[in-house]
Amino acid sequence: MRWVVFVPFFVVMVAATVFGYMLSNNEQEGSAPSTRIGQPLPAFALEDLVDPELQRVNEDMLGEPFLLNVWGSWCPSCRIEHPVLNGLAADGVRIIGLNYRDTRDGGIEWLEERGDPYVFNVFDPIGEFGFDLGVVGAPETYFVDAEGIVRHRHVGILNERHWENTLRDVWESL
Amino acid sequence: MLPEFGFLALIFAFLFSLALGVLPLLGYYRQHAGLMRLARPLGLGAMAFLILSFGVLTWNFLNDDFTVRYVVNHSNSMLPWYYKVSAVWGGHEGSMLLWVMILSFWIVAVAAFSKKLPLDMLAVVMSMMGLVLAAFNAFLIFTSNPFDRVLPFPPADGRDLNPLLQDPGLILHPPMLYMGYVGFSVAFAFAISALLIGRLDSAWARWSRPWTNVAWVFMTLGIALGSWWAYYELGWGGWWFWDPVENASLIPWLLGTALIHSLAATDKRGVYKGWTVLLAISTFSMTLLGTFLVRSGVLNSVHAFANDPSRGFFILLIFAVFTGGSLLLYALRLPALQAGARFQWVSREMFLLGNNLMLTLYTVIIILLTFAPVVNDLLGLRTISIGPPWFNDITTVLAPLLVLLLGVGQWVRWKKHDLKPVMRWSAWALIASVALAVLCNWLYAQHINWRVVLGLSLAWWLALSTLKTLYDSTHKAANPLLGLRKLSRSYYGMILGHVGLLVMIVGVTMATQYEAHQDVRMAPGDRYALGNWTFEFREYDERAVANYETQMAFFNLYRNGRPAGELLAEKRFYPVAGQLMTQAGILGQLNRDLYVSMGEPLTADRETWSVRLHVKPFVRWIWLGSIIMALGAGLAILDKRYRRIKLGET
Repeated sequence: MRWVVFVPFFVVMVAATVFGYMLSNNEQEGSAPSTRIGQPLPAFALEDLVDPELQRVNEDMLGEPFLLNVWGSWCPSCRIEHPVLNGLAADGVRIIGLNYRDTRDGGIEWLEERGDPYVFNVFDPIGEFGFDLGVVGAPETYFVDAEGIVRHRHVGILNERHWENTLRDVWESL
Repeated sequence: MLPEFGFLALIFAFLFSLALGVLPLLGYYRQHAGLMRLARPLGLGAMAFLILSFGVLTWNFLNDDFTVRYVVNHSNSMLPWYYKVSAVWGGHEGSMLLWVMILSFWIVAVAAFSKKLPLDMLAVVMSMMGLVLAAFNAFLIFTSNPFDRVLPFPPADGRDLNPLLQDPGLILHPPMLYMGYVGFSVAFAFAISALLIGRLDSAWARWSRPWTNVAWVFMTLGIALGSWWAYYELGWGGWWFWDPVENASLIPWLLGTALIHSLAATDKRGVYKGWTVLLAISTFSMTLLGTFLVRSGVLNSVHAFANDPSRGFFILLIFAVFTGGSLLLYALRLPALQAGARFQWVSREMFLLGNNLMLTLYTVIIILLTFAPVVNDLLGLRTISIGPPWFNDITTVLAPLLVLLLGVGQWVRWKKHDLKPVMRWSAWALIASVALAVLCNWLYAQHINWRVVLGLSLAWWLALSTLKTLYDSTHKAANPLLGLRKLSRSYYGMILGHVGLLVMIVGVTMATQYEAHQDVRMAPGDRYALGNWTFEFREYDERAVANYETQMAFFNLYRNGRPAGELLAEKRFYPVAGQLMTQAGILGQLNRDLYVSMGEPLTADRETWSVRLHVKPFVRWIWLGSIIMALGAGLAILDKRYRRIKLGET
């Protein structure tokens, strides 16, 4: 019966091995900052920001690669990021907006004041789509290919330096 | 330069804790008193540098130093100062720094309050805690440096604290919970030291008891606070969601509860020494496992921090070394230490064993249910989803068994009690409890719901048992009141703890069984009835108040047609913080909460709204029960017997 006292030790060692294996599996996907990488966008059906009559669903986005930019008029950093997005849109980058935890009026006013780089905006006032997507805060930008598979996630302000260093290549590879 | 000083302080703290982990232990093996005496100054040094480091990080937050990556990611220049302070523990690195700093507080507290502990014991205990501190300090330095810079291109402003965390409840919840988590390291260190030194007697248990109680008090309040916040601020209306991270805090809490009870048996009767040591090790291991779960991204959860495998591996390593190492030590040392007092089948020892078996079984099942989806995924089986119903069912089965044992266990004598009186009391009390429960249920609702009867029976069973306990311990005194005064504080602590459980059972039973809610579309003047209650949307208003703009919905409430109060539900927009907050309107009474949260406006003139109406009977009793439990454990700490050991009288 003396071996019984070793049972807790072995249970813990087996558990630790299993966890280690799980972690190393995680790592094979690259040090991905999002579990969404390589996965399709979550399904959603939400109103358009500008036109409440218009229901936006996944299919509206697909067909060509695009950037899904998470923003809100309440977000100070988005203010800094916005001119960069305007520039990218002028260069022909397709950007779709996810208006996150915002009010409709605030969002529309923002676009009128600062210019509208977006093909369209999905209105997500309570953050349900954002939650499914794994959004932590605004701004965030997801690089999505034509089939709707998330290929890259950029957290925080997207500036010219990021774009020139790495993100342009990511965009062109989509 | 300041952030670099913060990092330097962290490195010094690491060196001090490493020295604390090694030198006094070496002193013990060499029997060198000078080395053992180093424990106190080394512990103090580690704490001083950690406070310094934490202070620097806080300073960086208050001064919006956006060259520090962690500040950029979790703060913003427009954040009010108190959220800038709480943002320090709003993310992975800072909360880990808080964790480590709190551990150093515990180390210094042990040094301060154990003046009469034998020097060798104190040295080994502090060394063990020093090793834990050093491990987590290294984790911070190598994988999670909070002082990392974003140079040479610092951003103009921060990315802001996650809006969900900008809440007063969340300022306190993490520090409380960490105090609890980390506090169990004291019982762990005492257990390991007892094993190492081979002094596994009841004195060991008596030393650990107050520390375990303090940790348990913090943990109980921390969990209750989190639950209250989720109820009050998130507007979801629930109080427990069986989220993996919630479970990660419940698991050590349950084991800690078992530990408190087995420590009592070991302290008073010298029994279950091996088991108590195993529990002390497991409880702390589960807090480590909880930390691993939250930080590694293995489990998907709303609470989970960003996924970083290198961090996961580091914590896994810490977990494996400390848990594996101590369990190996346990296996090797235990056979030599077995020896206990004898007791009969019907005795308090037996009932405490029953308590421990139930709590451990419950814990194991919760662990299995929490991990089942992950393990399933790992084995490549189809994804299963284990939802709250599984957890609720298992609780409905196990909690009654635990409470039945408790009802007898708290008054049955140590060592041996006659079977006959126990059986007689149990039979009568059981019949009386069920009868009273049926009566209460009928008076409350004019119908019988067997789940409610079950819950209320348990509450009555506990109430009758508590009366019996008090009667038994006082009826021999000439004056019962004087008899009550003579009972010890830890005795009252026990009674209070169990009364807290009673109150909580009533709350959980009534709130889950008689809760009613409805999502409705309402405009001013509309009424909606929910059971006996009628909610009337009286008027709508918008106003600019001090630092926010608010959209207000005033409700009149009627019970059976008679006015019963009013409440105000709000949606607030804070232009500075740039945030929209739902402020649920709650009319809180002891026996029920009426709860209204505003959804979205349904018309352009913002006159018609979607609102959610709730009636939640007795929901406050859940938190009230937790507070009473924590008070009970707190009262037990003040017992004279623990102060006596500090004076060295035993």
